[in-house]
Amino acid sequence: MIDLKGYGPQLAEGAVVTIELAFLSLLLALFLGLTGAAAKLSASRVARGIATTYTTIVRGVPDLVMMLLFYYGGQVLVNGISDLLYEHYEIDWFFQFDPFISGVLTIGLIFGAYMAETFRGAFLAVEAGQIEAARAYGFTRWHTFRRVMVPQMLRHALPGIGNNWQVLLKTTALVSIIGLTDMVRVAEEAAKAERSPFLFFIPVAAVYLALTAVTELFIKWLNRRANVGVVQGEG
Amino acid sequence: MPDFITAWLDQNDVFTTMTMLEYWNGLVQTVQLVFLSLIIGLLVAVPLAILRTNRRWWVSGPVWVYTYLFRGTPLLIQLYIIYYGLAQIPGIQETFWWSIFREPFYPALLAFTLNTAAYTTEIFRGAIAATPQGEIEAAKAYGMSWFLRLRRIVLPSAARRAVQAYSNEVIFMLHASAIASVVTIVDLTGAARNIYSRFYAPFEAFIGVALIYMALTFLLVFAFRKLENHLLRHQRPAGG
Repeated sequence: MIDLKGYGPQLAEGAVVTIELAFLSLLLALFLGLTGAAAKLSASRVARGIATTYTTIVRGVPDLVMMLLFYYGGQVLVNGISDLLYEHYEIDWFFQFDPFISGVLTIGLIFGAYMAETFRGAFLAVEAGQIEAARAYGFTRWHTFRRVMVPQMLRHALPGIGNNWQVLLKTTALVSIIGLTDMVRVAEEAAKAERSPFLFFIPVAAVYLALTAVTELFIKWLNRRANVGVVQGEG
Repeated sequence: MPDFITAWLDQNDVFTTMTMLEYWNGLVQTVQLVFLSLIIGLLVAVPLAILRTNRRWWVSGPVWVYTYLFRGTPLLIQLYIIYYGLAQIPGIQETFWWSIFREPFYPALLAFTLNTAAYTTEIFRGAIAATPQGEIEAAKAYGMSWFLRLRRIVLPSAARRAVQAYSNEVIFMLHASAIASVVTIVDLTGAARNIYSRFYAPFEAFIGVALIYMALTFLLVFAFRKLENHLLRHQRPAGG
């Protein structure tokens, strides 16, 4: 392991935190994205309205502001609920809103909105005839969704998911601002203490580059698999 | 500010005259930072995009490395490297540059400009590469020089193709500028953080600033839609 004036192990631990944060946020974003896309395409006006409000708000507000709101506001909200429970029901419940949870919630929520757009486009790209055929075979709505729509939609959604993931990964750096000890935070503290910013920030930047490069290869591989059997025009 | 507004505002718990002034100063700071970095970034990006489409690898290669590095790493890291790094350059504290870069505004401006220039270069590269070959052939047939061709044919049509992607970049930059508050700049987000810590009122402080950012975003979206309509007017179906 590279020592980096003794900060090497701490930086490595920080990198693990960054990766965990990114993957958990991605899971939440994929879940919210699918739900959001389903709501946007549903026949219910209420569902469409909620989904549109959600994606519009997310696109209008900076990620950092939302993160600060969740982190500071979340704790105040939890404290309020905690007081209320204790006063009225004598339930002693408390929950510490830490930076990691705020980070996953915020990033998941933000990229959920972008994923919703990606999935919506991908669902629309599935031929209507496929769905009609499935219904004609007596598939239920859920079955049509799971066996026909999702597998065909994924092919169209993958490039968009890949782009969102690359941006998401870089957004995780922001969580260091609300105090999560990820690799950016460790590097910042080390750079200040040792007065050598390049020594610590350049390796961290390199880790981000490496993570994007590796996941890009993985997404390419997934893309090839998802497109098996699709005849593509020569470009 | 008129007295009656001041009197009315001072009845509020959080949104007092002082709070409003703080938001206003933050708004000015954010707009300056974003506007300047976008303008300089655009001026840098156009020549870089032309170099990037050059066939010789030793011309396009360095530009590719630059855009790859700046697009592949978080802006926050770039800001930290420039903010903390500039002070470490040997001898800089004795030169006049130090009087500029000692202020956090200029390192932040430099970081934001380099970042947006990298993204804008790639946007323009795509737009330039998509120029129909026939247009270039026609320009050559008219005897236009390389520079004239670029100025009259390639760049105007590339600009039209780039507007939409560029408008996304502008909004991205507005939102990304929120991190200026971590290097002690009191921009909109910095103002919100101050207001939060003064009143311990997270919802008022951050929802308030979120609404300001949203208003700015929608203003930009509206302006770019107008611009797009104007630039792409010739592609609309005639009559009707």
